[in-house]
Amino acid sequence: MIAIVDYGVGNLFSLKSSFACVGAQAEVTREASALRRASKIVLPGVGAFADAAKKLKESGLQEAFCEEARAGKPVLGICLGMQLLFEESLEYGVHPGLGLLKGRVEPIAPAVGKGYKVPHIGWNVLNFPKERPKAPIFADVSEGDYVYFVHSYYAAHCEDSLAATTDYGAPLTAAVWQGSLFATQFHPEKSGEVGLKILRAFARL
Amino acid sequence: MITKRIIPCLDVKNGRVVKGVNFQGLSDVSSPVELASYYSSCGADELVFYDITASAEGRRLFTDVLIETASTVFIPLTVGGGINGVEDFDRVLKCGADKVSVNSGALKDPGIIRAAAQKYGDQCVVLSVDAKRVNGAFRVFAKGGREDTGLDAIEWIKRGVSLGAGEIVLNSIDTDGVKQGFDLEMLEAVCSVVNVPVIASGGAGCARHFVELFTALPGVDAGLAASIFHFGEVKIAGLKRELSEAGIPVRQLHKAP
Repeated sequence: MIAIVDYGVGNLFSLKSSFACVGAQAEVTREASALRRASKIVLPGVGAFADAAKKLKESGLQEAFCEEARAGKPVLGICLGMQLLFEESLEYGVHPGLGLLKGRVEPIAPAVGKGYKVPHIGWNVLNFPKERPKAPIFADVSEGDYVYFVHSYYAAHCEDSLAATTDYGAPLTAAVWQGSLFATQFHPEKSGEVGLKILRAFARL
Repeated sequence: MITKRIIPCLDVKNGRVVKGVNFQGLSDVSSPVELASYYSSCGADELVFYDITASAEGRRLFTDVLIETASTVFIPLTVGGGINGVEDFDRVLKCGADKVSVNSGALKDPGIIRAAAQKYGDQCVVLSVDAKRVNGAFRVFAKGGREDTGLDAIEWIKRGVSLGAGEIVLNSIDTDGVKQGFDLEMLEAVCSVVNVPVIASGGAGCARHFVELFTALPGVDAGLAASIFHFGEVKIAGLKRELSEAGIPVRQLHKAP
């Protein structure tokens, strides 16, 4: 069973439905015990970093989530759920993240420069860094496949875990992978067939 | 490189898709769930559902349709129509919408934009504007294009973005339903003042109009249309091929060998 962490942010409906579509059992949960029982955990999220970090803490699920992640249970962070895994975010101030991954969440705008709109909304390509092995969640997708992004901040200084970038004036972090920890800045549950292939690969890890 | 998006729009009344010409003379087209699934499979980048129902019963039917669609279609869904407060955002987001489009509701109370952006993020708030030329200026119309608000469209859009709208849908009443092409002049005026994605709506009659749109106005991010897609006058896969051949970046489901 895959546990989808429900801490009050994000479109969990689509996520649950898309796992069902690839034949994986997933449950949306607010119980720490369910995170401990689960074979894998998904940390979703949309909205503002500080608000989400606060909600995760208040939900009482943060401790169980971090313990399970550190113990090597496969985890998939999505969008803001990815950003929360890093050390800190610069979204409206400086806010600490979970610190499971090395790196900092920074605004897109200065990185991409003029002529690029923020938020970065739409379908953009996946590029895989050549110096690293392809992350197992991307086993069935190819360089140049399109996925759906919606974000104004991105993970920077995360070379240690970089698994995919996209091209928006500058290479922006699209996905990270370190051990059993996976995360995507884009929304696999909104990325059509390509997204379903990624979720299927995660489900069969 | 980010691709230009092609977005079919489904006007839904009592759980069925309808589309009017110049907002009048609605005719039943098809089932929203079937259409959504069809569009997703042939390469639509996103779908917009506008709930044009007034009754509570119609709204319930709409919510059912939304849930069913979101369980089977895995591309972004934007919902509009009857959004008059943050509680309406909540209602449709819970049913599987990803973005919420607000139009007349924001004209009545612009504070909705800020409140929703703070709660759900800018990316969730789409400001939809129906605009029409009046005495040489672009004027905002409310209530599905029936009521002149007296507001200048460019000023209103700037204000909407400053309040937190993360995307603009600009529907030109002047070109809507006429099928002679998008309103490039109006779109250009909007693109020059905002730095959030702009979705062009109203006037597409054939694939060439989309090529013209993205060629003439690189600042436009997406093209939205309804009846030409519903009646099969323009097929999405063919449209994307044509755009790609014209050098416009689009997402194609099956890459050319």
